[in-house]
Amino acid sequence: MTPDTLARLEAARAAKRPVALLTRLTDGAQLLHPGDDVPAPLAEAAQAALAADAARSAEHEGATWFVHPHNPPLRLVVVGAVHIAQALVPMAAAIGYAVTVVDPRRAFATEERLGDRVAISTDWPDEAMAALAPDARTAVVTLTHDPKLDDPALEVALRSPAFYVGSLGSRRTHAKRLARLAEAGLTEAELARIHAPVGLDIGAVTAAEIAVSILAQVVAVRRGAGKAAS
Amino acid sequence: MQTDKVEDILAVASAWRAQGETVALATVVETWGSSPRPAGSRLAVTQTGRIAGSVSGGCIEGAVADAAQATMKTGTPQLLDFGISDERAWEVGLACGGKLKVFVEKLG
Repeated sequence: MTPDTLARLEAARAAKRPVALLTRLTDGAQLLHPGDDVPAPLAEAAQAALAADAARSAEHEGATWFVHPHNPPLRLVVVGAVHIAQALVPMAAAIGYAVTVVDPRRAFATEERLGDRVAISTDWPDEAMAALAPDARTAVVTLTHDPKLDDPALEVALRSPAFYVGSLGSRRTHAKRLARLAEAGLTEAELARIHAPVGLDIGAVTAAEIAVSILAQVVAVRRGAGKAAS
Repeated sequence: MQTDKVEDILAVASAWRAQGETVALATVVETWGSSPRPAGSRLAVTQTGRIAGSVSGGCIEGAVADAAQATMKTGTPQLLDFGISDERAWEVGLACGGKLKVFVEKLG
């Protein structure tokens, strides 16, 4: 890889811009898409690889090219700087998620409690969520148990393309939550997207174990692991 | 290495290069059968022997690291083919019976 290609690839990654690296396997010639003047069939392959977030090969003018997508990190937005969040933040960071914790209660939302590998927002959840604008590479988990904080975040998350929305609370708590959110105008289809009770059923007891169950469910949904994700 | 860099081998390799190391990057570009790591998986190697990442379950990293040393000397990329029969796979340590191709390049 030439210094120029490396610098441009790293610049795109630092700016969280999706970019595909194309390598001609016969001689190591490389192109970036977007960025370089990439022949149309290879540009299409690059777009497809970025959309699928999976590398692939493409044939062009008798040579095989390796098409390697580099998407920005998946994001996890955690509403509630609670005990479970303290366990969830470092685990999510360890599997490569960029984590943001939202909690307007400044006594909870501190770097001392959450560490320095997380972005912290002390805005109200509706404003914070609107600013974060969850996309198809974002998971959202609400953990506060407090309708004043969880509900506004869920309203934004459920109307966004977020790939995962989970909410902590017992079945009874969740039934009440569904009633409130329906009252607020969310559709049945939107409400059905909430994973609750949150996390895979692994009999989790401690905060760290609950964090494992949540993160396992996020991964299962992301990877399309079918029943495991329900 | 920070734990969130476990999968971001390009960042590790780039940081090593910035420290003045000579670095090669190996990338899985094609797999068949039961290869444990998908296409796009990376292994970074320095001339001084630092290693990060993986291109298999640990079976062929040694052979790839050797090839990487040659690429760091010559600057010429290589396409390594570990697509060999199951019996011979055992000899290079690919006990899983998978097949894969690995592209090795000097970084920068």
